[in-house]
Amino acid sequence: MNQPHPHVSTQPVSAVRPPVTSVGPIGWIKQNLFSNWFNSLLTILTLYLLWKIVPPFLRWAFVDSRWYSDGAACREADGACWSVVGRNIRFMIFGFFPHDQQWRPLLAMLILVGLLFYSRNRKHWKKSLAYAWFAGLVIMGLMMQGGIFGLTEVESTQWGGLPLTLLLAVFGLTAAHPLGVLLALGRQSRMPAIKALSIAYIELIRGVPLISLLFMSSIVFPLFLPEGVTINKIVRAQVAMILFTAAYIAEVVRGGLQGMPKGQYEAAESLGLNYIQTMRLVILPQALKIVIPPTVSILISAFKDTSLVVIIALYDLLKTTQSMLTDPQWMGFSTEAYIFIALIYLICCFFMSNYSRRLERELNVSR
Amino acid sequence: MSQDNIIEMQNVHKWYGELHVLRDINLTVKKGERIVICGPSGSGKSTMIRCINRLEEHQRGKIIVDGIELTADLKNIEKIRTEVGMVFQHFNLFPHLTILENLTLGPIWVRKTPRAEAEEIAMHYLEKVHIADQARKYPGQLSGGQQQRVAIARSLCMKPKVMLFDEPTSALDPEMVKEVLDVMINLAREGMTMIVVSHEMGFARSVAHRVLFMDYGRILESNTPNEFFENPRHERLQLFISQILH
Ligand SMILES: Nc1ncnc2c1ncn2[C@@H]1O[C@H](COP(=O)(O)OP(=O)(O)OP(=O)(O)O)[C@@H](O)[C@H]1O
Ligand SMILES: [Mg+2]
Repeated sequence: MNQPHPHVSTQPVSAVRPPVTSVGPIGWIKQNLFSNWFNSLLTILTLYLLWKIVPPFLRWAFVDSRWYSDGAACREADGACWSVVGRNIRFMIFGFFPHDQQWRPLLAMLILVGLLFYSRNRKHWKKSLAYAWFAGLVIMGLMMQGGIFGLTEVESTQWGGLPLTLLLAVFGLTAAHPLGVLLALGRQSRMPAIKALSIAYIELIRGVPLISLLFMSSIVFPLFLPEGVTINKIVRAQVAMILFTAAYIAEVVRGGLQGMPKGQYEAAESLGLNYIQTMRLVILPQALKIVIPPTVSILISAFKDTSLVVIIALYDLLKTTQSMLTDPQWMGFSTEAYIFIALIYLICCFFMSNYSRRLERELNVSR
Repeated sequence: MSQDNIIEMQNVHKWYGELHVLRDINLTVKKGERIVICGPSGSGKSTMIRCINRLEEHQRGKIIVDGIELTADLKNIEKIRTEVGMVFQHFNLFPHLTILENLTLGPIWVRKTPRAEAEEIAMHYLEKVHIADQARKYPGQLSGGQQQRVAIARSLCMKPKVMLFDEPTSALDPEMVKEVLDVMINLAREGMTMIVVSHEMGFARSVAHRVLFMDYGRILESNTPNEFFENPRHERLQLFISQILH
């Protein structure tokens, strides 16, 4: 009677362990690196390449490198000359901003970064944050421009380097996103005029390279302005970038809107919500969440595209570095300088994608 | 029109392109009346009740809801939608909002109820549908039957004068049908005006004043539940009843 059924396992649950070859480091290596002959071949090839590349690079970058010497001493060494960055960092970062006033853009950047970091946390998204941003923007503008409170005035033609890059990027991206959403909604509008305008705008802008838009904003556009009226070159470049990025965001957002089930619109409408409420409270929160990954791709590439403003003679981070490298003393050390610039871009982009992933995770609680 | 008619449909026609989906619909619903609509798939049941809150537009005839005629006038449409609750086959809860937020959305934004009061109303109806303990969860964390009960509560929070149900139980697993029907039966006992598209005969028998049979976009038969099921006059209906009985 007590005899168990032949198919019922009588082994205690904890006693059975998997064979050694499938767990632990050896198991992991076997499973992931040498699971078949092709995989093994790839593994060996990769190891060989790493062996060829990594040690010489480390040697160049850290062992044979110079950190504090001047250009002449650098030329005698085999390794990297990091002093090209160290000695010129102020010009690379701040461009032609007056030397004794450079604490001002630095402060502006610190405020910006501080605000960005503070805004990362969704718990901080309250009304006070909007005020903080507003106050921050005013202070930043004051710091850059000066002219009152005993601060010497600095013409925007002297702005440059990292502050200019960040300025173009942060304002470009924050303005382009809402504009893109409006365009996407316009493209779906039932009103033919709005729909046609949105489509024309989106297709036109997407059919033109950013460079030509920048040229137009700096050369063609002023021709249409009445005599005596000038618009700041940075503003013009900024507007061109916003208009450009918005068209791409619009298309991504449209994809998100089309992915929304019809039932969501119907449920919202049958509660009596009007169009704006339906969009704002029900449709957009869901649609924008779906398109976070492609949106962030656009924002990241827009961020990198800020370097194109060099063609209309704005001195962004890349341009200040380039012109520093024309100094005979430092000529030939472009590799080091560009690696440094690349690192700055990399850090910014890393934080953008990191933030987006975090946002996605936080918004995902509903699933 | 009479004062106690909440819905009047007069000679209503609707086409989808060439397809004539509603043909000369005439229907009057009194306050407190409960109507169940059945009929084969594609006969226009959904289309008809969706015309009542203008989720679909009719092309000919007149629809008057609570004394207001449905026209292209957006203000009227929004007004009528606040008076007419709608429950869908697939619930259509808002997945990015908690249950409580789903329920308070309409009252806060449409009725301009203060948040605290809206939440109080919401909790009242959640208790009514026996689901108050789930208020802070998201729709995706609830079973189908629970979601449909939330959807009913969401409509009730707007204090509608009429409730429309479009096959509210047909997307549910059998064991959840009863919990939703129970909620609807309770609602009926309280005197809510209801129009329900459903093939649940037990439900129709216990709450409906009238049962309608639709086919090819027409209302072929309209009778008390007993007569409807025991003495179907129309041949199509006889066939239909014998099919849903087996
Ligand atoms: N948006 C639409 N565009 C074109 N035709 C439609 C549309 N919606 C419904 N129809 C058609 O209209 C007819 C009536 O559809 P309706 O959904 O009202 O039927 P129903 O009686 O509710 O059927 P079911 O029991 O399957 O829900 C069907 O032939 C359907 O194919
Ligand atoms: Mg239907």
